Amino acid sequence: MTNMKDSKLYELTAHELSEKIKNNSVSVKDIIGSVIARIEAVETKVHGFAHFNKQDALKKAGESKISGPLCGIPAAIKDNICIKDELTTCCSKILKGFKPPYDATVISKLKSAGALLLGRANMDEFAFGSSCETSCYGPTKNPYDTSRIPGGSSGGSAALVCADEAIFALGSDTGGSIRQPAALCGVVGLKPTYGRVSRYGLIAFASSLDQIGPFTKDVTDSALIMNIIAGHDPMDTTSADVPVPDYTKYLKNSVKGLKIGFPKEYFIPGLDKDVKEHLDEAFDLFKSLGAKIINISLPHTDYAVATYYIVACSEASSNLARFDGVQYGLRQEGETLADMYKYTRAEGFGDEAKRRIILGTYSLSSGYYDAYYLKAQKVRALIKKDFDEAFKVCDVILTPTTPTPAFKLGEKMKDPLQMYLSDIFTIPANLSGIPAISVPCGYSKSGLPVGMQLMAKAFDEPVLFNAAYAYEQNKKWEIKKPAI
Amino acid sequence: MKQQYEIVVGLEVHLHIATATKAFCGCKNEFGLKPNSGVCPVCMGFPGSLPVLNEKYLEYAVKTALALNCKISDKMKFDRKNYFYPDLPKNYQISQYDMPLSEAGLLEIIAKDAAPKKIRIKRVHMEEDAGKLLHEEDNITRVDFNRSGTPLLEIVTEPDINSPEEAYAYLLTLKNLLEYLEVSDCDMEKGSLRCDANISIRPAGQAALGVKVEVKNMNSFKGVRAALEYEQKRQESLAQDNEKIIQETRLWDSDKKITQPMRTKEEAHDYRYFPDPDLVPFEIDPALIKKIKNNMPQLPAEKKKQIIKDYGISEYDAGILISDKAMAEYFLKCAQSYNQPKIIANWIISEILKYLNSKNMEFRYFDLPPAHLTDMLKMMDSGKISGKIAKDVLSDMITSKKSPQDIVKEKGLLQISDETELRAVIKAVLRQHAQVTKDYKSGKEAALSFLVGQAMKATKGKANPGMVNKLLKEEMGNI
Repeated sequence: MTNMKDSKLYELTAHELSEKIKNNSVSVKDIIGSVIARIEAVETKVHGFAHFNKQDALKKAGESKISGPLCGIPAAIKDNICIKDELTTCCSKILKGFKPPYDATVISKLKSAGALLLGRANMDEFAFGSSCETSCYGPTKNPYDTSRIPGGSSGGSAALVCADEAIFALGSDTGGSIRQPAALCGVVGLKPTYGRVSRYGLIAFASSLDQIGPFTKDVTDSALIMNIIAGHDPMDTTSADVPVPDYTKYLKNSVKGLKIGFPKEYFIPGLDKDVKEHLDEAFDLFKSLGAKIINISLPHTDYAVATYYIVACSEASSNLARFDGVQYGLRQEGETLADMYKYTRAEGFGDEAKRRIILGTYSLSSGYYDAYYLKAQKVRALIKKDFDEAFKVCDVILTPTTPTPAFKLGEKMKDPLQMYLSDIFTIPANLSGIPAISVPCGYSKSGLPVGMQLMAKAFDEPVLFNAAYAYEQNKKWEIKKPAI
Repeated sequence: MKQQYEIVVGLEVHLHIATATKAFCGCKNEFGLKPNSGVCPVCMGFPGSLPVLNEKYLEYAVKTALALNCKISDKMKFDRKNYFYPDLPKNYQISQYDMPLSEAGLLEIIAKDAAPKKIRIKRVHMEEDAGKLLHEEDNITRVDFNRSGTPLLEIVTEPDINSPEEAYAYLLTLKNLLEYLEVSDCDMEKGSLRCDANISIRPAGQAALGVKVEVKNMNSFKGVRAALEYEQKRQESLAQDNEKIIQETRLWDSDKKITQPMRTKEEAHDYRYFPDPDLVPFEIDPALIKKIKNNMPQLPAEKKKQIIKDYGISEYDAGILISDKAMAEYFLKCAQSYNQPKIIANWIISEILKYLNSKNMEFRYFDLPPAHLTDMLKMMDSGKISGKIAKDVLSDMITSKKSPQDIVKEKGLLQISDETELRAVIKAVLRQHAQVTKDYKSGKEAALSFLVGQAMKATKGKANPGMVNKLLKEEMGNI
């Protein structure tokens, strides 16, 4: 019986495992052994890792500190967060072989908390995508149905936590890249307030939108990880000098009197029937727990996707200029300097990266700047204002995370616009800089996870944890692990 | 009749700011380190790294802008200037575009043989420098990123400069001001000050500006003046021949002393400026500006007034003294221990400057202790040494580093003021030159100076010249 139980350590959460380590009922070695066995059993089907080396993982486990709140907890890190002397490639050919000479701030924090950094999670190239299909290492599969995508861009992080190949994972969210895959894989994904978590060491996609956040198996772990990674960083001037509360204190069962906003713009005709049904149930559950549902309007929601693609691609075009073959990564020699640039970037970047670089370069070009970039910034301010108004009358806003459950591999690769629309509900939080969490809220009729999104005003992660935790504790449906 | 043209020049100075660390990271801001030893992920533009503004850099920038009488912007914003080049590790430069640190300043200059003139400063903005390409013998180009991310100020004038000589005076005045501010070493040869010029000509009296040519690659102030002189002639001769002047960038070739085309406007970059999302805009704390204003060092114009008023130095000489901060400081130190400031000024301006010019050396490297100079002047006053000997003592002091007392003692240079000794010398001279003595007595005044010279020669220059004069006349009267 004990053996049976030990072999399933991989199924546990970080807070459960920490408890076991604290009372000496399991060792770091037991945990890593269990997780590695799980990886060996399912990874060929999931392909959640971009880089994973069993020997390295075991070596790290052997060296791991026996103190720290995350002591011995195996984690997967998205391939765009720098780890000193370890491959960090953004799943792009252009960063082939790149090992940063430094740790991202979140990595230093996880390391000192004792976490065991197992390997690098697969992702869409440079986080450009919503399906994890643009990775140069090939797509990750959804553990609930391997013919389907796990979501993206942090698809690897979501799938690894979902398939119990990692206890938790870090991802990054620029337009939904944590929440959308979390929803499609049935795990908890948080995009913190812009500036809550240091971006130092996160290879930038769109600097004014990017945030690092956790993928976890439950809301408690999400709060636990945030306790470790949140906070001001003098190395990142966009990180906020705002005190970090103990988020676990807000894991309360009661939502009595909580005002939950219902934004009509998010309940559109194209919304999947199963998704709609589960959201209705969620509203009902909150109501039954004493929360008040308030009808609100976010009138500029329709413009969010267009605004996002101008802002994000403009910034990306400049952020990705440094990948030129001069210092690191891929270099394709040419007769002239210009040739080296052209060949290197032609060979190194995938189609979606090229599409976004061209789009961004265009919208920043002289003569187009006012009509695109500047206009987008103005609309962005209006979208932010929508939320400012809404949070005058409600504490959190509840929406679906995605319009549909996971779609089929290849289904939207030929139609970028359809792909972009899968982030329609997640993009506004990035444009406004507010925190948002995706929490599992059931399964579609075909057994695919459905996620709901809770948004709050800037730095009000506590109310998100409160609402999400109360929902998680009181939900009427049962968790079904993927049958992989 | 030949058409007269007026030349219109605007200057862009890139100034390297001498903070201890770089503009956006903690690396040393130092010249001459081993290639790529003063670098970190931030100034190497490594993926994931982020810039953080050096507060000292902001302080120095504000100080400079205030000294140029500029209006400081309420809000600080940085932009990205996007272009590809291997010395630019991010392939964009952090700069300031539509909201520079400061605008609308003034700098008063005095060009050679001209009245004072105010040059308007259009803007002063902050930006980071790029690295350096090293083209090596093995036909491989390497990049040294030590300079990458070092702090610069770009100082741009309005097109208010109307001659190469004015441009030269502007640069000297600016350099002088910057030295007083102690924000930069302004060494053009080390690249800590770079200057590009925009030049056009127009028929005298015409209001509209002509077609502008940008001239780059000058490596000294004199080079700027020479390039503008060349460019003025080139454009005038094109205009005289009714040929079109095209808008272009030209490079100064300091060996051939000509400018040559680099690129035309059509090939110009689109830099796609946009606000740098990594550096959040912020308001400059008014308290910081106040603090900088209150701690502003004395600037050259003020120092000049002080030297004229407190020491009775002429406007012209005061102008020379303050033209180099180290020289002005040297003068003031000497004036503390010797109460004849005019004599000090004369010795600095005539003797010391002559020496420095002959060595092509800057005053700040002149290491003669002020006390040595003033001790020497005091010895002259008290008749211990003659003025002629003093000049020799000065050059000896500069090379040997010894005190004037030691030099005079070791070389036996004390002036001979002993009457008996001098009278004996003079008698001997008069005996040797009986004919000249006669000439003098018959009214040939010039003969006296010959005899004085002979007496000085006989004493190896040590005779007290006043006494020699007096005694000569006496002795001749006795003959």
